[in-house]
Amino acid sequence: MSETLILTRRWGTKDSATLASYKSAGGYGALEKGLALPPSAIVDEVKASNLRGRGGAGFATGLKWTFLPKDVRPRYLTVNADESEPGTFKDRYIIEHEPHMLIEGIALTCWANDIHTAYVYIRGEFARQARILEAALAEAYQAGILGPKVLGKDFALDIHVHRGAGAYICGEESALLESLEGKKGYPRLKPPFPAVVGLYGKPTIINNVETIANIPWIVEHGGAAFAALGVGKSGGTRLFCVSGHVNQPGVYEKPVHYNLKKLIMEDCGGIVGGRKVKAVIPGGSSSPVLTADEIDVSCEFDALKAAGTMAGSGGVIVMDDSTCMVRALSRISKFYAEESCGQCTPCREGTPWMEALVHKIEHGHGQPGDVDKLAQMANNIGGQTICALGDAAAMPVQSFVKKFRAEFERHITERRCPFGDHAWGKTQESRDAVVGGMRA
Amino acid sequence: MPNSDLRSPGAWRDLPAERVQRFDAELAPLLKRYPADRKASAMIPALRIGEHLFGHLSPEVMALAADRLGTTPGRAEEVATFYVMFFTKPKGRHVVELCTNIGCSLSGADRIFEALKRKLGVENGGTTADDRITFREVECLGACGTAPAMLVDEEMVERITLEKAERIVEELK
Repeated sequence: MSETLILTRRWGTKDSATLASYKSAGGYGALEKGLALPPSAIVDEVKASNLRGRGGAGFATGLKWTFLPKDVRPRYLTVNADESEPGTFKDRYIIEHEPHMLIEGIALTCWANDIHTAYVYIRGEFARQARILEAALAEAYQAGILGPKVLGKDFALDIHVHRGAGAYICGEESALLESLEGKKGYPRLKPPFPAVVGLYGKPTIINNVETIANIPWIVEHGGAAFAALGVGKSGGTRLFCVSGHVNQPGVYEKPVHYNLKKLIMEDCGGIVGGRKVKAVIPGGSSSPVLTADEIDVSCEFDALKAAGTMAGSGGVIVMDDSTCMVRALSRISKFYAEESCGQCTPCREGTPWMEALVHKIEHGHGQPGDVDKLAQMANNIGGQTICALGDAAAMPVQSFVKKFRAEFERHITERRCPFGDHAWGKTQESRDAVVGGMRA
Repeated sequence: MPNSDLRSPGAWRDLPAERVQRFDAELAPLLKRYPADRKASAMIPALRIGEHLFGHLSPEVMALAADRLGTTPGRAEEVATFYVMFFTKPKGRHVVELCTNIGCSLSGADRIFEALKRKLGVENGGTTADDRITFREVECLGACGTAPAMLVDEEMVERITLEKAERIVEELK
């Protein structure tokens, strides 16, 4: 049976980003169908689809929508295109190849939830993708798909692009709202959740780009069909972004419960130079690392949770057996130290401490007891902060120390990095990158 | 407090009038995206326009953005200093930013970074002696599948090799 492709089936086709191309492939048919249905019918289909948020938390999308209070207007939709978690690079391709699919998904979401204004918050570094989306929006307005009467129906909708300016934390939903309100991206204390008190204090749905891009297919084919593509309480396909030491890094659309080892060893053509897998981070840099022995596992949210890690944003980072795990952690820890917004003391102070200690160990200056100290630091950050960045910084440290402790200890006892001038940078430059199943 | 006089809401009046007009013209359509009583939402877009027109976000430019958005220069400064893409100090004519995060490092970014620093004669975040290029490392650019990646004046360049990176910086005038 050939695999069903929802998001990537037209990636790489000429002019796929244009309205004409999208319409010729049946695009906006789901919107026509959806507008003829009562909004509650769309919410019901999304609930039945078992679509879970693709941004990282994996929360049930249909359920999230029902949290909007019944009687407060206006309501807003903000689409999270602040793709910044290391290892994650899928939303940008949706915008590049299928911006109208995203627009159609937004329109359906807004119709389903009585929303008339949507913002797409896109990270500032995605300048090209922001231009592509703006061009697609202009086409949609011109064609009467957006504006005072969506497809001629008595339903007004405006979609605006809002570019960020370089802050990982703005991918956190409440920080995103602060940023969209023109402030620095400090996460808000929750509750209240954005569904109740969101943008400008009004009820707000925040969904990831990939989540929203699935909505047209769900409306067209029905929630049950989407649910059937997945397993248990996780419906559909999802985009897995594979990077690191694989022969064909890239974006792969697979059923949500696809096997991680198969993805790496078969779809991605195995490891560069025929080396062995040493470690895999399955869901973006914050998700706990897996050893080579642990990767024969389903990528589904609950399955990876049971395996002690997270499906997160679908960013699979593969490291071969020449990788120094202390150095890998050092680089990841630097990221969280750089990107801590500084609002909460454990995160602001703790993340640079962790980074400094990992760096010290990596360079042969660690002391006996430092590994325990590192684990203790991580324990004092995780769960102690307003948002999840503290947890995101702590989880890699905890898992690297747990799974590769001997490597940390060796750095300390040998007073040097045992990998010397290790494999960083030895990746074969001719690797193929694959986008949506095609060579890019 | 240093430069406290420049933080006055009226500091923008020292800016060249012609460029202030251009600022207003570019900002006007963006303001329509936000509710009339929420103009401050346009702070990031306003600062971006200001930086492009005036070179960097001086206190005067921040005051201009604040004035047009009905808020205080302090609020503009808070935003300008929070987001890494903004420059509150003069920079080179071009900005080259190389990602050295995990995906790019696994693909060789560290060596390219060291080599480019040597070639340009700068430290991380430094500007070449001829003011041509400001060079720095940045966090994940969302291009891990086509790593290593680099931003050149906000345009993404992927699958960087040392040769490619060197050619790019040589061609920037």
